Amino acid sequence: MKIDFEHRMAAHCENGVISNMLRYYGIDLSEALIFGIGSGIYFSYLPFYKLNGMPVTSFRPWPGLIFKRITKALDIKMHIELFKNPEKAMKALDDNLENGIPTGMVVGVFHLTYFPAPYRFHFNAHNIVGIGKENGEYLISDPVMEKIEKLSYNDLKRVRYAMGIAKPKGKMYYMEKIPQTIDLEKAIMKGLKRTILEMVKLPGPIIGVTGIKYLSSRIKKWPKKYGEKKAAQYLGQIVRMLEEIGTGGAGFRFLFSAFLQEASEKLQIPALNDLSMEMTNVGDKWREFAVKAGRICKGRQTSETYNELSEFLQTIADEEKKVYLGIEKAIS
Amino acid sequence: MKVDEVPQDDANLLEGKTRDVQYAIDENGKYITVKSVGWDPKNTIMQQAWEVEKKKIRQAKKLVMDGIKSPLYYHMFRCLMNVKLLSSYVKLPRYKVKRHFDPKIFSKLSAQILDKYVYAFGLKNRDDLLKLELHED
Repeated sequence: MKIDFEHRMAAHCENGVISNMLRYYGIDLSEALIFGIGSGIYFSYLPFYKLNGMPVTSFRPWPGLIFKRITKALDIKMHIELFKNPEKAMKALDDNLENGIPTGMVVGVFHLTYFPAPYRFHFNAHNIVGIGKENGEYLISDPVMEKIEKLSYNDLKRVRYAMGIAKPKGKMYYMEKIPQTIDLEKAIMKGLKRTILEMVKLPGPIIGVTGIKYLSSRIKKWPKKYGEKKAAQYLGQIVRMLEEIGTGGAGFRFLFSAFLQEASEKLQIPALNDLSMEMTNVGDKWREFAVKAGRICKGRQTSETYNELSEFLQTIADEEKKVYLGIEKAIS
Repeated sequence: MKVDEVPQDDANLLEGKTRDVQYAIDENGKYITVKSVGWDPKNTIMQQAWEVEKKKIRQAKKLVMDGIKSPLYYHMFRCLMNVKLLSSYVKLPRYKVKRHFDPKIFSKLSAQILDKYVYAFGLKNRDDLLKLELHED
């Protein structure tokens, strides 16, 4: 049995799953719109909070947040359920599929058998949609995969009950009630306003554009403070957060630009389209930053290049800030 | 990023199983999605991280071959786990998991316990626990 579910790939699993599920129920919103309405662009630098002994740089909101914001903004009623007992969780999924309901699940990435090995690590907030069961195997729409994938009962159970940080505990969700009409303009405006708030208005040095500047001022000091080896390691971590699947960075700037383009059309504000192009330039600069940082990580580093990198990051922050302020002006 | 600037640097990190989705501008200035097989800076960073893990796996493998550790020790590293994570997968206290790394104790483990490890490591059956050539370079 297979639900007639259109599988589309996405740059980010959370947006992709929501977009695909909504489309099944007749609400056709692109990944970019979902991303923008959920204010998916974000930055925070947490020097005091260490993961694997390295300060945390985050280019995305906490997993699940975009999801929550979308359901709220579009007034969708989502049924979310956790299960203590794995067998019951699988039974609940079977029942749903039997009734033709596409069912979202939060899973751990490591034991996803269809994932390329270098991408398999213990990250427990990946989103997939169960869309059927054939010959005892589950059919899975995973937004980062090109085709519909298959998982056996045990393989699916294992990823739904992945262990480690942020255990998914069999979390499963499906749409219970979808509104007849949605107020897209209002949702887009709300998303834009929240992005401006988070990126340029929030006080404190660690979030938004000020966070990028703060990071820039710290990078300069790394080689002296931590030594070459550790500084390179820290830098590598940033590049990884910039570029790995679903972690944001440059890719999210392009996604946000795509959102601005659509928003410009939907809201009839041409200025947003120009700002989209400016954000594209910022995205290109983030990519350049990744190239430069990558070169330093490879070796041949001097404190001079760290200084250059820090200055470059400063420019990125300034330019990005201009875009957000431009948006604020355009929508007010 | 323009469509023709989307990098296609294949380092086989995606193993041909999928491609990344990138957003880029087409000739009409409109954003579209383009699939990419990889990008050099990203590939390098991922390979570096991967190499660190592989080194640990090789070391673990050697300890198993030398009879110092049981195969479970190798599989733990192969699955990028530590004792804490493994113990939560098999639902056994950490000290017991550590004891099972002793080849002598491992050889006397019950089928029931071994099955827990088979499940935790994503293997097919108990015989797979003894195979150390899975997931190789």
